[in-house]
Amino acid sequence: MENKVQFKPETLALAKEIMGRYPEGKQKSALLPVLHLAQAEFNGWLDVPVMDMVAEVIGIKPIEVYEVASFYSMYNLKPVGNCLLEICRTSSCWLRGAEDIVSHLENKLGIKEGETTPDGMFTIKTVECLGSCGTAPMMQCGAQFHENLDTDKVDSILDKLRADGKRTNYFDAVVVKEY
Amino acid sequence: MSKKLLLKHDHEPGIQTYEVYRKHGGYASVEKALKTMTPEAVVEEVKKSGLRGRGGAGFPTGMKWSFLAKPEGVPRYLVCNADESEPGTFKDRYLMSRIPHYLIEGMITSSFALGANTSYIYVRGEYYYVIAILEKAIKEAYAAGWLGKNILGTGYDLDLYVQPGGGAYICGEETALLESLEGKRGNPRIKPPFPAIKGLWGCPTVVNNVETIAAVVPIVNDGGEAYAAIGIGKSTGTKLISASGHINKPGVYEIELGLPVEEFLNSDEYCGGVWKGRKLKAVVAGGSSVPVLPADLIMKTAAGEPRLMSYESLADGGFASGTMLGSGGFIVMDETASVVKNLWTFARFYHHESCGQCSPCREGTGWMEKVLHKIVHGHGEMKDIDLLWDLQRKIEGNTICPLGDAAAWPVASAIRHFRSEFEEMINSHAVEHA
Repeated sequence: MENKVQFKPETLALAKEIMGRYPEGKQKSALLPVLHLAQAEFNGWLDVPVMDMVAEVIGIKPIEVYEVASFYSMYNLKPVGNCLLEICRTSSCWLRGAEDIVSHLENKLGIKEGETTPDGMFTIKTVECLGSCGTAPMMQCGAQFHENLDTDKVDSILDKLRADGKRTNYFDAVVVKEY
Repeated sequence: MSKKLLLKHDHEPGIQTYEVYRKHGGYASVEKALKTMTPEAVVEEVKKSGLRGRGGAGFPTGMKWSFLAKPEGVPRYLVCNADESEPGTFKDRYLMSRIPHYLIEGMITSSFALGANTSYIYVRGEYYYVIAILEKAIKEAYAAGWLGKNILGTGYDLDLYVQPGGGAYICGEETALLESLEGKRGNPRIKPPFPAIKGLWGCPTVVNNVETIAAVVPIVNDGGEAYAAIGIGKSTGTKLISASGHINKPGVYEIELGLPVEEFLNSDEYCGGVWKGRKLKAVVAGGSSVPVLPADLIMKTAAGEPRLMSYESLADGGFASGTMLGSGGFIVMDETASVVKNLWTFARFYHHESCGQCSPCREGTGWMEKVLHKIVHGHGEMKDIDLLWDLQRKIEGNTICPLGDAAAWPVASAIRHFRSEFEEMINSHAVEHA
């Protein structure tokens, strides 16, 4: 029997709620937010059956989903580790030591940028400016911005993520820090 | 000379919540506009204020609003551009996460002025935690009667939604943003028609930056003339500056336009000077897209006048000796920084972010990154400098949207002002290889 990919009922309800934010007939506008929901629910990446299911929910053709998913950098079209470590490498972060943070992570985790640890726990990805230039260098993991990084801070973040053992995603509740 | 409007209460404990925000005079502009003004009168105040788009282009906001078409029976939309992605810029994130109700208040007052009954805040997807803050604040605003049907009993209806992006710098360009909001790839549209005529779903639309919409709040509260009295010349009001790089106090600062650059950089009220007691080498004053200037030209114009933080003063001298205020992303490089290597990070950025629609940008950004990679990694040749110059000239002005120009200007300015640094880097590696 075919094992069809489906949203959990509560996620489907949320997707329908999002589709209601636009005028009648313009439900394609829900595509980006619903793809974020899908990625969070299906192991942090968008496999073809997942994208096909999103197309069905929204009522558009699968190709309309593929072309969007492949355009935007936040959608992963290949599996990633539980914790996707996204390190900013642009100007201000680079000026304040982003390269050292990346090489520290590579040494510590024994993988290169773009790779995932064999236990599937961490993926290292370098990304372009995340709007955290005043607190550089920084990396994002799930919803959390980890700022003003140094190697000690990176070590304690890794320890905490490993102890939590959970998959991070962009919907994680974040305690907003006081500036 | 500190004059604060948007960040007057940013350090009040609990300012994120509706109660505290309201206690500090929040939502007064909505009351004033909806109860005592016509939409046209609000637009008039914005025109009088001289407010210019704070996202980077600096186009007069009142004029942009007055272009909005108003055909009978067709909905109009206000879309807030919160796709803050210009390297060096993080002011909108600060404002939205710290005082979310400020933006919501500005959205209501501005939507009323434009006759929009549904408005969207398009936030870059990476800021998901900011989206959570905004959505919570919007819920509070609905509960308190500032959003929804028949607001304040005036008969005005407004629904406000937050839309996440998917990670693409190009969606900061207003027509790419609209494409994205329609659930498509962020390819900029050919203009005309401008969004004011055909925008979201083909309807008349205004797209404004977060800070622009927030500035409507003090303009309505105190009047356009009072706002225009702040600042200098055609640079009216205050501006949020994102300060980063090699300085003692990186952060977001609200300045009165016209503040001397020297004071902004060295005063303890702002950047607190170059870090580690080092000397200043260069500044990118308005986000990655604007020309980089060496220390002497950022402090003083070519004519020897003190350089001011204003649209006009920063642009003084054109691209030969000036730059642009842009988004207000102020990136500082000390004497040890390599302007060439920093440029390589910019070139890599633009190559990554080109949408691929226009060949001069799609191919040219990749080529520039490749040549800079070669120079930075010790394989450069002298002729590469002229090749870079040639490449950027072939991109500038030849694309549908300004991303091509934005990719070209940093390269052109780095060669113009720091050619010797390229030469030294190429020469030193040539010696190593010999």
